[in-house]
Amino acid sequence: MPKMDAVVMKPTDNVCTVLREVDPDAAISTVVNGETITVTVIEKIPFGHKFALEPIRSGAPIIKYGETIGLATKDIQTGQHVHVHNLESRRGRGDKAGD
Amino acid sequence: MDFRGYRRPDGKVGIRNHVLILPSVVCANRVARGISQQIAGTTWVEHQHGCTQLGADAELTSHVLVSHGAHPNVFGVVVVGLGCETIRAQDIAAAIKKQCPYKPVHTVIIQDEGGSVKATAAGASAARRMVAEASRAVQETLAASELILGTECGGSDACSGISANPSLGVASDLLIEAGGTVILAETTEIIGAEHIMAARAVNGQVAKKCNDLIERCEALATNMGVDMRGGQPTPGNIEGGLSSIEEKSLGCIYKAGSKPLQDVIEYAEPIHQKGLVWMDTPGQDVEQITGMVAGGCQLVVFTTGRGTCCGSPIAPTIKVSTTTKLFEKMNDNIDLDAGSIISGESTVQQVGETIFKEMLEVASGKLTKSEILGFNDFAIKRIGPSM
Repeated sequence: MPKMDAVVMKPTDNVCTVLREVDPDAAISTVVNGETITVTVIEKIPFGHKFALEPIRSGAPIIKYGETIGLATKDIQTGQHVHVHNLESRRGRGDKAGD
Repeated sequence: MDFRGYRRPDGKVGIRNHVLILPSVVCANRVARGISQQIAGTTWVEHQHGCTQLGADAELTSHVLVSHGAHPNVFGVVVVGLGCETIRAQDIAAAIKKQCPYKPVHTVIIQDEGGSVKATAAGASAARRMVAEASRAVQETLAASELILGTECGGSDACSGISANPSLGVASDLLIEAGGTVILAETTEIIGAEHIMAARAVNGQVAKKCNDLIERCEALATNMGVDMRGGQPTPGNIEGGLSSIEEKSLGCIYKAGSKPLQDVIEYAEPIHQKGLVWMDTPGQDVEQITGMVAGGCQLVVFTTGRGTCCGSPIAPTIKVSTTTKLFEKMNDNIDLDAGSIISGESTVQQVGETIFKEMLEVASGKLTKSEILGFNDFAIKRIGPSM
């Protein structure tokens, strides 16, 4: 396997995980379905964190490993950092019990 | 596919030959430690339990203590009690002896001996005799099918699901193909991935157990009225890039490989199955290791992204890092590196084969770093509060 800057786990994912710290405006290439795609990140992405591969509307699922890992809590642009500030888990939410 | 291990008279297989100093109650911890520190070739555990526990909670503590004493990695046991506790040393010793009549088991009760100094001396004397006897045990060539592997990921980061866990998954598959058993645990860290495990279940009944178990686990957070995100993912997981329990879980289950799920069992329940089995344990690393070892795992492979040093007192615990940076930073504690997958130098398959080879070497006696450093982490899951 060649050294990767970023990895998309499954073709249906809408986020990509970076394997080195990435600065704003960096063009990151990754392979999806055997094809190389390039996305420009718009903010700093720490090692191991994710950015959006496409615009994600508030309330829409965030997909990694081909599965939903949470919902967007605000509109997310392509290349934006996706993490706990704009992604909300749907599971184990006792704080929402009875809602 | 063979290793050198100890065949016990009841047919069970051990990969270590420990003399274990086992306190039945928190009040006996200091004496247990004192005995072990005097006698080379012993190991000991410490725990916070054994008194003022009720019902199922007391039963679970007792079961885990007995299971560690009866474990095939243990040659003999010195059980230490205070004398007035709920979980009495003589009952633990009798239960170990009932399961393993061939095993040397000695009981020391601090109040009967006349205090901690005399109890330590009595325990040390018994332990010294057991170590001499244990040293005469001979290893024999055994098949990998005798092995029960406990898998664990702790201090996960976003690379756990890319490097270390998928390669441990390859090793898990290799062990199952060789006829062995692999335990997937940490139920909390399967939330959001239970449908994938259910789809791999051998039948509808096991699939239903997958969904029921996750429902029960999630209900704990619901009934406490809290957001599980306070504890899962942990702050370190979040810093490492994991945004939700679903994301953590999906990376987590890779370590269980790709084979069919044979059964779902309770915490510390004896493991009789071959193939892949899911044991219900908390996500807390040490409670998980303790539960898996109590069930019968002889060794543990523990993947880590943030870095950890824990190890069972009786079952060798092999650490695998997700990145080379961590492997170099915490090299005293990490045995193998899966970071070469991230740097592009090796494939998941290659690292998985390396882990499997290491498992067989460790089973034959190669010491893990946590064994060399003397880690003896032990924690029993609680069901109820102390009264």
